[in-house]
Amino acid sequence: MSGFPRNLLGIDDLGPDGIAEVLRVTDSFVEVAHRANPKVPALRGRTVATLFFEDSTRTRVSFETAAKRLSADVLSFAAGSSSVKKGESLRDTVETIEAMGIDAVIIRHSSSGAPIQVARWVPDTAVVNAGDGWHEHPTQALLDCYTVRQALLGRDADDAGDDPTDVAGALDGDDGIGGFKGLRVVIVGDIRHSRVARSQVAAYAALGAEVTLVAPRTLLPPSLDGWPVASVSHHLDRELADADVVSLLRVQSERGSGEFVPSLREYTAGYGLTARRAAMLRPDTLILHPGPMVRGVEIASEVADLPAARITGQVSNGVAVRMAVLFLLLTQGPTEGSLHA
Amino acid sequence: MPERSVDGDARMVIVRGGTVVDATGERRADVVVGGDRVLSVGPDLDVPAGADVLEADGCVVAPGLVDLHTHLREPGHEEAETVETGTRAAALGGFTAVVAMPNTTPPLDSADAVRNVLELGRTATAEVAVAGAITVGRAGERLAPMAELAALGVRLFTDDGAGVQSAGLMRRALEYARGLGVTLAQHCEDGSLACDGAMHEGAWSSRLGIPGMPALAEEVMVARDIALARATGARVHFLHLSTVGSIDLVRRAKAEGVPVTAESAPHHFTLTDACTAGYDPVFKVNPPLRPDDDVEAVKLGLEDGTVDAIATDHAPHAPEAKDLPFDQAPPGMLGLQTALALAVTELRLPIARLLALLSWQPAAIAGLDGQGGPVEAGSAANLVVVDPTATWTVDPFALASRSRNTPYAGRTLTGRVRHTVFRGEPVVVDAEAQR
Repeated sequence: MSGFPRNLLGIDDLGPDGIAEVLRVTDSFVEVAHRANPKVPALRGRTVATLFFEDSTRTRVSFETAAKRLSADVLSFAAGSSSVKKGESLRDTVETIEAMGIDAVIIRHSSSGAPIQVARWVPDTAVVNAGDGWHEHPTQALLDCYTVRQALLGRDADDAGDDPTDVAGALDGDDGIGGFKGLRVVIVGDIRHSRVARSQVAAYAALGAEVTLVAPRTLLPPSLDGWPVASVSHHLDRELADADVVSLLRVQSERGSGEFVPSLREYTAGYGLTARRAAMLRPDTLILHPGPMVRGVEIASEVADLPAARITGQVSNGVAVRMAVLFLLLTQGPTEGSLHA
Repeated sequence: MPERSVDGDARMVIVRGGTVVDATGERRADVVVGGDRVLSVGPDLDVPAGADVLEADGCVVAPGLVDLHTHLREPGHEEAETVETGTRAAALGGFTAVVAMPNTTPPLDSADAVRNVLELGRTATAEVAVAGAITVGRAGERLAPMAELAALGVRLFTDDGAGVQSAGLMRRALEYARGLGVTLAQHCEDGSLACDGAMHEGAWSSRLGIPGMPALAEEVMVARDIALARATGARVHFLHLSTVGSIDLVRRAKAEGVPVTAESAPHHFTLTDACTAGYDPVFKVNPPLRPDDDVEAVKLGLEDGTVDAIATDHAPHAPEAKDLPFDQAPPGMLGLQTALALAVTELRLPIARLLALLSWQPAAIAGLDGQGGPVEAGSAANLVVVDPTATWTVDPFALASRSRNTPYAGRTLTGRVRHTVFRGEPVVVDAEAQR
């Protein structure tokens, strides 16, 4: 096996084959999670650093748990408690971390592109983008794809006893991976300011799904030139009956997206997944939300608790997906071999 | 005044074997300079005793270039540039005059601040003219003491880095400026449209997730100021125009006879917003790099005379400032040493037209006597000798600026400044700075 990239900065680094590889490897790590000792020695002796310049509980804990279950040593840098607070630049910070001999840096930053700059500054360290500004959040999109695939395979994390590769193999035909070909995915919400949306669009499209974006014009990116989307709509009601997956995005009022709609009430009226709208979905339509959810705004509380809503399933799959990413980057990527030479 | 020669006599220089090009035309001629004046221009002149000989075979000898838009950073940001290093870069780029922008710390909004920069410029290797601020602190709230600054020789006023947001205040400034005979230069950017944009708003900003600044932010202010210039009769100079719409507005305003002039920067006719794909802040500039059609419009504007001048917007930033995440890094790129070569390399114009855009037209806009030629007996000895066919490769570490933020690193360009004569002194000889 070869061709896994050095870094995971955006979904395009992986391509359809790379995404498929992550999803397949995730299957094995989902299994690991169900063992009495959910730990494998795959990355024993390797060191992974998380460098979070933006608050995030779930993503950081998910990555750190993933690294620990792979037996890697984990260093945790928080912008608030490190020398960053004393005025050290991002470049100096990551170069210092690289000098410590770290194998992978997992970075979250409020500036789009920061992980890409970091990857240029530390060319011998694998860099994983854990969310940068409005740009990308690739592991979240991989997690969403995995969750969709899991549902398509007709199983969930509770009955992982069967060999999942048999089922997956049956679905992973010439038509794409795990039945994504032609799947109708509707992404609703603040796409303009969403790194999750950019990664989701790239990932779903790479797997052959047909993506529809639904948002008021003000919450769409200024230009969709070159975006691999099948359609754009401003009328959520019209998109629901045909949807296989409805993926909701949070209205990021802390990023000022509140100024892009007259009020949250008006947003919910037009774009919230209310109980009325949920009733327009087919029974097997999946509802995804990358969290954190704002119940009552983009999703009604009773809808979030429906069996079709895979919100907590997404969280538990997150660790396995991130294990797969770290495992593949550090054992199959081009850095392997050069790191400890 | 700088020393003219070691023995105290007026220095003599002969520029020999070149083609003189100025606003009056082209001719094969030698140029003899004595002191700070051109003494004679003609074919096959005798070399005066003791004269420095500057060979110009195959070269164009022209009035020194004039940059309407230079950030010298002094006072306040000497880590990025000083008057000394900036004017050395200017001389190496063929410029014998630069207009220093007022966004220093403190800003050039008072007589003391202007006097300080003029004083720093007295020993520089190019003339340092000062653009004064239109408003106090460049804050856009009340007028700076324009008459007091005009009395010190300030001919151009701008809040560059920011546009004057209030139409009412801009109107008042224009009315006041008209009485003083000075020109207001606008950085066209409507803040309510530009918001926190860090690059051009379009396909690339959308993909990269970087807040965008729409072309509209520039165009609405160009349109507004054309209306104000028409109404007040005061002259407006538009800084660094970069969009199809802006250039079209100026083209129509000029056809109508509205008193407006315009400049564009080399990066706006050579680079597109696709350059930002790798999030390298060396490509962050304001106005931002734009798509292909805007780049083409800038070229056409320069070619058809809509745009009067190529101005560098030379904006040095220390390496640590450009090593920040894209949205946090300051906008701006170096320009003085690459402007002429980029014009020669990228524009579809004969050298005489390029020199008009780089020398006598900007000299007229800036109101600088003794700059922009013509090259004739008795005129000020500010000259550039250009080899229009020589090629060279841009090396950021070989530039004279204190900063390294050129977006052209590694690019091979055609057209090289061979010599620069400033007030009779050869400040650049064979592409080497002499001091």
